[in-house]
Amino acid sequence: MTNVCLYFQVHQPFRMRKYNVFDIGHNTNYFDEQKNREVMQKVAKKCYIPANRVIRNLIAKHDDFKCAFSITGTAFEQFQKYAPAVLDSFEELASTGAVEFLNETYHHSLSFLHNKEEFADQVRMHQRMIKENFNQKPVVFRNTELVYNNELAKTAEDMGYKAILAEGADHVLGWKSPNYVYKPKTTRKMRLLLKNYKLSDDVAFRFSDKSWKEHPVTAQKYAEWIAPILGDSINLFMDYETFGEHQWEDTGIFKFLEHLPAELRKKGISFNWPSELAKIEPKDELDIHSPMSWADVERDTSAWLGNRMQNAAAQRLYSLRRDVLSSGDATLIDAWRKLSTSDHFYYMCTKWFNDGDVHKYFNPYDSPYEAFIAYMNILNDIIIRVKGDEQKGVGAALKRWMSVS
Amino acid sequence: MKPTRVLMLGWEFPPFKSGGLGTACYGLTKGLARQGVHVTFVMPVAPEGAKAEFVKLIGANQFGKNIKVLQIPSTLAPYQTADQYAEDYAPLSTKGVYGRNIYQEARRFARVAKIIAKKEPHDVIHAHDWMTYDAGIEARKVSGKPLVVHIHATEFDRTGDHPNTYISNIEYKGLKEADLIIANSNFTKNNVMKHYKIPENKIRVVHWGIEEDDPAYHLNYRSTINKKGKVVLFLGRITIQKGPDYFIEVAKKVHDFEPNTYFVIAGDGDMMPRIINRAHELGIAEKVIFTGFLQGADVHKAFQMADLYVMPSVSEPFGLVALESLKNKTPIIVSKQSGVSEVLKNCLKTDFWDIDKMTDMIVNVLRNQALHDELKELGHNEVQKFNLDEPARKIHDVYKEVIR
Repeated sequence: MTNVCLYFQVHQPFRMRKYNVFDIGHNTNYFDEQKNREVMQKVAKKCYIPANRVIRNLIAKHDDFKCAFSITGTAFEQFQKYAPAVLDSFEELASTGAVEFLNETYHHSLSFLHNKEEFADQVRMHQRMIKENFNQKPVVFRNTELVYNNELAKTAEDMGYKAILAEGADHVLGWKSPNYVYKPKTTRKMRLLLKNYKLSDDVAFRFSDKSWKEHPVTAQKYAEWIAPILGDSINLFMDYETFGEHQWEDTGIFKFLEHLPAELRKKGISFNWPSELAKIEPKDELDIHSPMSWADVERDTSAWLGNRMQNAAAQRLYSLRRDVLSSGDATLIDAWRKLSTSDHFYYMCTKWFNDGDVHKYFNPYDSPYEAFIAYMNILNDIIIRVKGDEQKGVGAALKRWMSVS
Repeated sequence: MKPTRVLMLGWEFPPFKSGGLGTACYGLTKGLARQGVHVTFVMPVAPEGAKAEFVKLIGANQFGKNIKVLQIPSTLAPYQTADQYAEDYAPLSTKGVYGRNIYQEARRFARVAKIIAKKEPHDVIHAHDWMTYDAGIEARKVSGKPLVVHIHATEFDRTGDHPNTYISNIEYKGLKEADLIIANSNFTKNNVMKHYKIPENKIRVVHWGIEEDDPAYHLNYRSTINKKGKVVLFLGRITIQKGPDYFIEVAKKVHDFEPNTYFVIAGDGDMMPRIINRAHELGIAEKVIFTGFLQGADVHKAFQMADLYVMPSVSEPFGLVALESLKNKTPIIVSKQSGVSEVLKNCLKTDFWDIDKMTDMIVNVLRNQALHDELKELGHNEVQKFNLDEPARKIHDVYKEVIR
């Protein structure tokens, strides 16, 4: 017998325009306003609004129902701009007291892997956003894409967090179960909560897959799978967009969510917040050195930092940090930070490009190469903005920076 | 099962060729031979100068005993426009050596094909492009065997939608008469359907492949120009179909961003004087290098010295040359108006008319080593998939379908 911990990731990036070489030095409008509005309003209609309604009803109906959200700053800003009703509905959920918010980097970035100061800045921005809008001070941290290692756990502990989330990847767990609470080796009292990827992905990825032998999955069947499992908690971590966007309404995904708590209750299973799991005695220590994530089969960082383009782009971005921050130009700083969002690097991924799978679906560009071109053009414009004056002209500034990498 | 015997009608074969078709026929016959298909390849003989070299090639008999090459004396050079032909061969025709024009040559080819069709046993006739369609039709009259016509380029592709009606009529007749049509891309298939109203169910698409290896791919050639700056290559006939006029406009724009770039234009064609003039007008003449027509190892050297190959074709039925570039480890930008853009992923693609986008792509490949290297490595890996066995197998299937 065990309990269930539900955590939903809410995120939208600021997608870039098809910014070309002629724009450099002439155009500081980097993001595709129209596209971002369209996507946000579409996803709001298909997912955020109806899913929040379901969650609201579940809270009203079941006094033991609870769940957690992590909402990125970039999603939050786009709610404000394009879909304020979504923000209202999240605030309403927050006011019920049944919803816990987690912290992450405001810009959904991989800054932890590149620049610790930037990472700390972005986490602080996120803390402030959650506090101001949802009146919570999170005690649980989740890093972008569940990228995790010992070092991160230590950093999060130093920042005052009690628990941190990670993928329950086979290659680190071995025979161990993801359904227990662990302690990261490098920390004193931190708790590590691992995603049960099999059960999570049954919903997030396989729910509508007709070739899957378990299709269709009902709430009843799913509860029967969970009931016999031993452990502290079954951690079901997934993108909130699973509901209505990745799995369309006609797959029955909302019905599934609606019925799940009642079916679990029949089996005597209840819900926990991540913060409650932070109080459980750890089963064991976990020692994880190289960064892992929740992406792809590899469960590593290769979806964002797996090729030369991605590495060159990241290196260029973070190399500009000091100049951008010292410019004192708030719009510039804001734009630069939005470029740190992991999605931009995901668009440049060539790993699965040849198979044309899921990466393609999420890519607003025709190819990873074109994503890289737009990105580097924008960075070149930023170089001019921060370096242009002192270098006497655009060309010289560019040259100097081009030669760095 | 008895091997399929094909009477194949073509017009060029390496090393004597003016475009990609010779390479394609060479590869196809080689691939078919591996499939156990017996090919009799009938082609007009090259003009005198190239003859010795040519005979040596076929004498080498590299395809084993499955292929026989027969030659008919002729001056066919299919990629020429009718005007170009008249210009090139006027001095010869007055001496009564060659046919007066390209149409006469095609008719002569048809007459001889008739005789050969009587002598050479075959199960199916396979004719490549319009020059051989009359020959194919004549051969079928004699032997009664099914006719497959292969369309590597339509007259509309070659002329930028201003077809020579005499040629487009022959093309139409061949396509209409054929039992089945092989198009080398969906792009070509769509053109055939659009311009000739041929029903879709009569057309099979077979994308092209590339020869497995050649020592010339491994020369690692670098030129002295490489020490001076980056090199962007155009390689192909300098004719309206290949978009050299777009290339030169793009060159100017790239030059404005990256003045240290050289633009190599490799090839020959009726638009060459115009492109040379334009380079002067744009003030980039000293950065534009014309090599003239290249063949053999020189083609590979041109690719290897280039940092990027650009194929801005206005209408490119397939674009084998793009595969050759990748095989030489040179990344490519291809126009979306090409067959090869349907099948390649690891390259940059743009509309031929989108000069700004092409400039953007070129400048970024030149500026970002990471982009260049990624395109180079993954493009080179991807091109390994394009062998000749796959198209040969598909064409063998077409034979079986039509013989049945």
